[in-house]
Amino acid sequence: MRRIFEKAVKWLLTASGFVTSIVILLIIGFLFTEGAGLFKEKVIEEGYVLALNRENNVKELTAAQIKAIFDEDVTNWKEFGGPDMRIEPFRLEDADKLFTEEELGGQYENAGSLIASLIEAHPGMVAFVPESMIPKGANLNFIEDRSISPKEVFAGSEWFPTATPAPLFGMWPLLAGTLWVSLFAILFALPFGISIAVYMSEVASERVRGFLKPVIELLNGIPSVVYGFFGLIVIVPLLQQVFGLPVGESGLAGSIVLAIMALPTIVTVAEDAMRSCPRSLREASLALGATQWQTVYRVVIPSSMSGIASGVVLGIGRAVGETMAVLMVTGNAAAVPSSILEPLRTIPATIAAELGEAPAGGAHYQSLFLLGVILFFITFFINLCVEYISSRNKAKNS
Amino acid sequence: MAIETFPKGYGARKRRSQKTAFGIFRGLSLFIVLVLFAILGFIIYRGAGVIDWTFLTEAPSDGMTSGGIFPAIIGTLLLMAGSAIVAFPVGIMSGIYMNEYASKSGWAVKFIRLMTNNLSGVPSIVFGLFGMALFVKYLGFGDSILAGSLTLGLLSLPLVIRTTEEALKDIPAGIREGSLALGASKLQTIWKVVLPMGMPRIITGLILSLGRVSGETAPILFTCAAYFFPQLPSSIFDQCMALPYHLYVISTSGTDIEAQQPIAYGTALVLIIIVLVINLLAGVLRKYFENRLKLK
Repeated sequence: MRRIFEKAVKWLLTASGFVTSIVILLIIGFLFTEGAGLFKEKVIEEGYVLALNRENNVKELTAAQIKAIFDEDVTNWKEFGGPDMRIEPFRLEDADKLFTEEELGGQYENAGSLIASLIEAHPGMVAFVPESMIPKGANLNFIEDRSISPKEVFAGSEWFPTATPAPLFGMWPLLAGTLWVSLFAILFALPFGISIAVYMSEVASERVRGFLKPVIELLNGIPSVVYGFFGLIVIVPLLQQVFGLPVGESGLAGSIVLAIMALPTIVTVAEDAMRSCPRSLREASLALGATQWQTVYRVVIPSSMSGIASGVVLGIGRAVGETMAVLMVTGNAAAVPSSILEPLRTIPATIAAELGEAPAGGAHYQSLFLLGVILFFITFFINLCVEYISSRNKAKNS
Repeated sequence: MAIETFPKGYGARKRRSQKTAFGIFRGLSLFIVLVLFAILGFIIYRGAGVIDWTFLTEAPSDGMTSGGIFPAIIGTLLLMAGSAIVAFPVGIMSGIYMNEYASKSGWAVKFIRLMTNNLSGVPSIVFGLFGMALFVKYLGFGDSILAGSLTLGLLSLPLVIRTTEEALKDIPAGIREGSLALGASKLQTIWKVVLPMGMPRIITGLILSLGRVSGETAPILFTCAAYFFPQLPSSIFDQCMALPYHLYVISTSGTDIEAQQPIAYGTALVLIIIVLVINLLAGVLRKYFENRLKLK
C-alpha cells in the first residue's frame, strides 16, 4: 500500500516537472495555428471583389498596390502593366453621391446593376464592392484574389491592418522598431549595469552592498505600467523640451524607460558572475603587485565575461518583450524609424494595442498572433544563446 | 585586519587610474539609486494626497473621473490568489522533482531546465495571447478571473520552480542520508525533513512571485481585465478590474485629464505600496529565517 502511494507521488511529481515543457509546446501550438492562418487569408477583404472594366487587362495587384490605388497615390494603370488610363477608384460609399436614393432602391437592390453599368461606362474605373451585389453575367473583369504571401508579411514595409480594400501586414516597421528601441536601451543600460555590478561585487563594503541590493531588487519589482506612467508624465515632456520635438513620445523615451527596466537583470547576473570568480585568481593577481583596479579589469572581468554576456543578453530579452511601458511612451507610429527621436512602434505594443479591436479569427487577429510567434522565437533564441554561453563556460571551468 | 589599499610601491598613475575608475562606478551606482528614489518619490509625493479611506473603498464613478479604486484592488488581490492556487502546488512539486527525484546529469533535468528557463523568458504579452487563445477561446472560459488567474499562474511558474529548486539544493545531503538511515522512506524524508528545512526560502520566493503577478498588465489585457466593472465579481467566470490595467487605462485613454490624473497617481501609489510591502516582507522573512538558522 505504502509502496504504491510512494510510486504514485513520484509519478505526480514527475508529471508536474514536465508542466513547463508542456506549456511551451502549447504556446507554440496555439500561436502557430492562429498565426499561420494569416497565409490562408485572401488579400482583398472577405466577401468583396475589385471589379474592372472589360478593356482593362490588369489581372493581379498586391495589397500595397491596391492601397496605393485607393489612396490615389498611383493614378495611371500603366504603372501596373495595364493600358494608359487614369485610375478611377470607386467605393461603395461613393454610390450615394452618384445616384439618388430612389435609383439605388431602399435596400440597395439596384445598386449592383447600376455600379456594373457605371464600370462599363468608365474604362479606368476600379470598384470595391461586395461580391454578392454584382449581378450575374455582368460584363466585367475582376482582380484575381490570392492568399497573403509570407514575403509581403515579413518583408513588407507598411503596417495598415485595418486598411480597406486590402489590409497591409508588412511587419518590417514593427520589427525594426522593436530592435531599434531595444538596441538603444541596452546601449544606455550597459555602462550603468556593468559599473554597478563591478561596484557591488568588488568595491563596495558589505554595508553599501546591503543597501544597493534591495534597491536593484526594487527596481526590478516596480510594475511596468508604473514605469510607463512615470515615463509618460516625466520623461516624455522632458524629452520634448530638451530636443524641441513636436511630440515627446519617441523611441528615445522608450529606450530610456527600457534601460531602467533592463538594468536589474544585467546587474544581478553580472554581479553573480563576478562574485563567483575564484578567490585564488584575485589573490594571485594582487600578489603579483597589481592594484585592485588592475585585478578587476584584467582578471575578474575577463574571467567572468560569460556571466556578464549572459546578463546583457537576458537584458536584451527583457527589453524586446516589454509591453506596457513601451506602449505608453513610444507614440506607436507604425513606420520604419529613421531616427530614435521619432515615434515608433514595437511588436509587443502592437499586439497589446490592437488585439482588443481585431475581430477574432480575422486576418488582423491572425497577424497579431503571427507577431506573437515572431516575438516568442526572438526570446527563445535569446534564451538559447544564454544557455549556450553558460554551458560553454561550465565546460571551460571544469 | 585592514589591508592598505596602496602599499608603498605603487606609482601615482596607478593610484589615479584606480581612483577614477572606482569613482565612476560609485557615481553611476549612486545615480541609479537617485533614479529609483526619484521615481518612488515623485509618485509618493503626487499620490499621497489622493489616497484616503474613500479612495480605497469606493468604486469609480462619473465615467471614472471621481470615486475610488476599490474594485481594482479587490480584482488584483483575487488574481494574485488565483495565480497562487495555479502556480504554487505545481511549481513546488516540479521543483521537488527536479532536485530530489530526477538524476542530476540525466536528459530530463537538462530538458526541463531549458524549458523552464525559456518559459521565464517568454514575454508577458505572449502569455496574454496564449491565455486568450487557450483559456478564453478554446476552453471557452471567456474573459474571466479564471482565465486571468491561469494565465498569470503559468507566467509565475518558472519563478516558483526555480526558487523551490534553489532552496532545496542548499540542504546538505547528509541530512537526507541521516533520515534515510533511520529507516524513513524517500517520501517521508522529503515531507518531514527536506521540505520543512527549505520552506523559509520557498515562502520568500513565493511572496516575491506574488509581487510580480500583482503588477502584470499584458497577460490580463485580453483574458480578464475589465475597463469598468464597478460591482465586485460574483464568480470566477466574471471579469474584474485590476490595478495595473486601471492605471494604464486612466493614464492613456482618459477623457478628462484634469480630473483623472490624481486618480492615476493614487493608483500608481497603491501599486508601488503593494510592491514595497511585498519586497519588505520578503526581506524581513529572509533575515528572520537566516538568523534562526544561525542560532541553530
